Amino acid sequence: MAEKSPQELIQIDFTPPPRNWMNPAVDFEARRGTWSYPAAVKNLDYLGMPNPREWSPTDLDWKLPPNWKQIIHDGFEDLLKKYRSLKIFMDICVRCGACADKCHFYIGSGDPKNMPVLRAELLRSIYRQDFTTMGRIFGSLAGGRELTEEVLKEWYYYFFQCTECRRCSVYCPYGIDTAEVTMMARELLNLVGLNINWILEPVANCQRTGNHLGIQPHTYKDNVEFLCDELADVTGIKLDPPINRKGAEVLFVIPSADYFADPGTYTFCGYLMLFEHIGLDYTLSSYASDGGNFGLFNSVENLKRLNWKIYQEARRLGVKWILGGECGHMWRVMHQYMDTLNGPADFLEVPRSPFTGTVFSNTASTKMVHICEFTSDLLRHGKLKLDKSRNDKYRVTFHDSCNPARAVGLLEEPRYVLKNVCNHFFEMPENTIREHTFCCAGGAGLGNDENMEMRLRGGLPRGNALRWVRDHNDVNLMTCICAIDRATLPPLANYWAPGVEIAGIHELVGNALIMEGENERTTDLRGLPLVPEKEEQGDV
Amino acid sequence: MGALISLFAVAVLAVLAAVGASVGDGPRFVLGVIVPGVAFAVFLAGILYRVIHWAASPVPFRIPTTTGQARSLPWIRNNELEAPSGLLGVLGRMALEVLFFRSLFRNTRIELLPEKQKLSYLADKTLWAAALAFHWAMLISILRHFRFFVEPVPVWVDWLESADGFFQVGLPVFFATSILYLVGLAYLLARRFIDPKVRYISLASDYFALYLLLGIGLTGFLMRHVEKVDVVQVKAAIAGWASFQAVAPVGVGVWYFVHVFLVSVLFVYFPFSKLLHAPGVFLSPTRNLANSNRARRHVNPWNPEVVGHSYAEWEEEFHDKLKASGYALEKE
Repeated sequence: MAEKSPQELIQIDFTPPPRNWMNPAVDFEARRGTWSYPAAVKNLDYLGMPNPREWSPTDLDWKLPPNWKQIIHDGFEDLLKKYRSLKIFMDICVRCGACADKCHFYIGSGDPKNMPVLRAELLRSIYRQDFTTMGRIFGSLAGGRELTEEVLKEWYYYFFQCTECRRCSVYCPYGIDTAEVTMMARELLNLVGLNINWILEPVANCQRTGNHLGIQPHTYKDNVEFLCDELADVTGIKLDPPINRKGAEVLFVIPSADYFADPGTYTFCGYLMLFEHIGLDYTLSSYASDGGNFGLFNSVENLKRLNWKIYQEARRLGVKWILGGECGHMWRVMHQYMDTLNGPADFLEVPRSPFTGTVFSNTASTKMVHICEFTSDLLRHGKLKLDKSRNDKYRVTFHDSCNPARAVGLLEEPRYVLKNVCNHFFEMPENTIREHTFCCAGGAGLGNDENMEMRLRGGLPRGNALRWVRDHNDVNLMTCICAIDRATLPPLANYWAPGVEIAGIHELVGNALIMEGENERTTDLRGLPLVPEKEEQGDV
Repeated sequence: MGALISLFAVAVLAVLAAVGASVGDGPRFVLGVIVPGVAFAVFLAGILYRVIHWAASPVPFRIPTTTGQARSLPWIRNNELEAPSGLLGVLGRMALEVLFFRSLFRNTRIELLPEKQKLSYLADKTLWAAALAFHWAMLISILRHFRFFVEPVPVWVDWLESADGFFQVGLPVFFATSILYLVGLAYLLARRFIDPKVRYISLASDYFALYLLLGIGLTGFLMRHVEKVDVVQVKAAIAGWASFQAVAPVGVGVWYFVHVFLVSVLFVYFPFSKLLHAPGVFLSPTRNLANSNRARRHVNPWNPEVVGHSYAEWEEEFHDKLKASGYALEKE
């Protein structure tokens, strides 16, 4: 990975090729580093999905079922009947090109098929040929083209080169949402067994164990205890968070990476410290052990299956409402899909903060509150004892994660929390934050290592904005509210803006919280000195 | 290539109309009465059909794109026009989108300076300005045409014309919207040639629509300012048509037939093409839905009938490990 230096990678040629885009040809061998490996047989088998087999995109023969054309055609017809969005998005694009340079993958690669308009045209051209009068009569003049194996291969390449971040849909005069188009294309690809392992393995794991990482309940408990031990070294307080406890007021749901890998684990510690600090009556669950949901990147059925456990567990444990941790796509699911798929949650109560009395009426139906909403409310009511100066070594910026920004509208809450727990906060340039935010380029199942070149390319806009605040404001920490971000941004930052670390917001909350009975803090949650030793004093 | 084919197609259509208009009363009747009548019927029926076809598919999920702060805590100012929490906000958002092209107004273009490792986003409002100019000019031009359809001429048409001809240049007065229409379209066409990205994505049908609209505008312009048409005759012809007492138009010249024929082609083409963006924008689920997801449940009529891995199955599968770790179990 990263064989090319940033200086080489940034030499991007935006001149479109002379070849008409309608001629599909992807050379997978030459483009290693920009695509993801296919799903393993065992995962498709476990999930009961079609056409499991050993194959590689570099093979000439992709071992499609003999009637694959009919399968795709019928599948397309079915989706058109189910989704008005698909019909509209297929019919009304005028190819104005406003979306073209809004995609991080286009900006970082110059590949015209990464323009959202053309990505959608890959599907639209087949739609026109098969389902519209004009396409049937005029064929390619009306923008239609025949579905061939080459087209299918191109779908595999480009629809697993979209992170469903929805930035393009902000700029589209008709709100055409490429995430929706990509989701539809992936539904079609599923039908003939073209899917990637970085999505299907987590989905299979999650179906079985409750979380994407496949962490079984005993390991879950061990991990939580281990993190609490580590935390005790920092604060002098040993926490004992309840797991699967019946009768708690709140079920706390988080992305599994938060109790598995750095730097998410520090965010996890921050959550637990906050709950201890205020005395929240809550429980974790080793069954509903992942709020994240890679089903979103795969199929509506898998999305529903994986999400199903959240309300089931809330009911079993008899909680009143649900609180959710920092995770991007999880929050798209919780906000836009959960209630529709697995509601109504009429057995829960409208969330009310027991400390401030605030009723979260914006969650009256779903009954699930975002931790940033919850913490903002606590801060606003002065319920937290904080020492902001413990974060003084950090000069902090905030990366709006795609889904909280563009699917939930959660923009101010994380900023409010940050400004309350640290003294040095700086925004990145305005066209790269809030609803204009750029993706980490590893979302929607693409955050795997074999796809690293494409991740770094797609990460250019974010990395470059980060570089700007690093150089102008000496920023050394980029915070985010997304577990995928916490996993994918460190290599990205290291590549485009070396010297910047990545953290969740509640890690900084944890640093700043003055816990009752704590030791005098000399280190942060990472175990590093609160005041970094001056370089001249150190023996470098 | 697509650009040429489309230019050729529109030219052929125009010549067809011109020739037809010159050969006798029969073709003139067809071109001046039957074709526009049928075309208009196809236009209305086609759009109606398409909208019903769209509406026949449900909206399974509420998926607005939020472009501002949502309503959450009472002390956080929410942006109702960018992340509407209810109907009023949605109406406002849609009005901004439809009347002022709000989303297109956000347009930027990138500038990459590799040697400095610098990527910038520059405001780029020209597409927005040209699109807005063209669409509004077209709307006002269409409304001005009511002079031909209604007798006596409604007073608002007079107002519209005097406002449109405010600058009092030329005789007959040049309408500002005629200029905006043609300039706007010319820009939209030019960028399809000049901007390599846009050229790459442009289909023959993209050029076809532009040539057609330009042809309509130019012939209209010609009739008013160059080969001046006898307005009284035009009015008589259209009045007859509009009141179903159709006769072949006389004394209106060839340009009239070309103009009317291209309009007819546009009518027929509209419901089968990307021009459906006009009705379609109203149905776009990322814009016309409230971001009230967690407050009000959205129902999907075909909610998939699958369930997850139940707690009971999960407990059974990991029973021994759960027990060894000291979990409280439902079934010992």
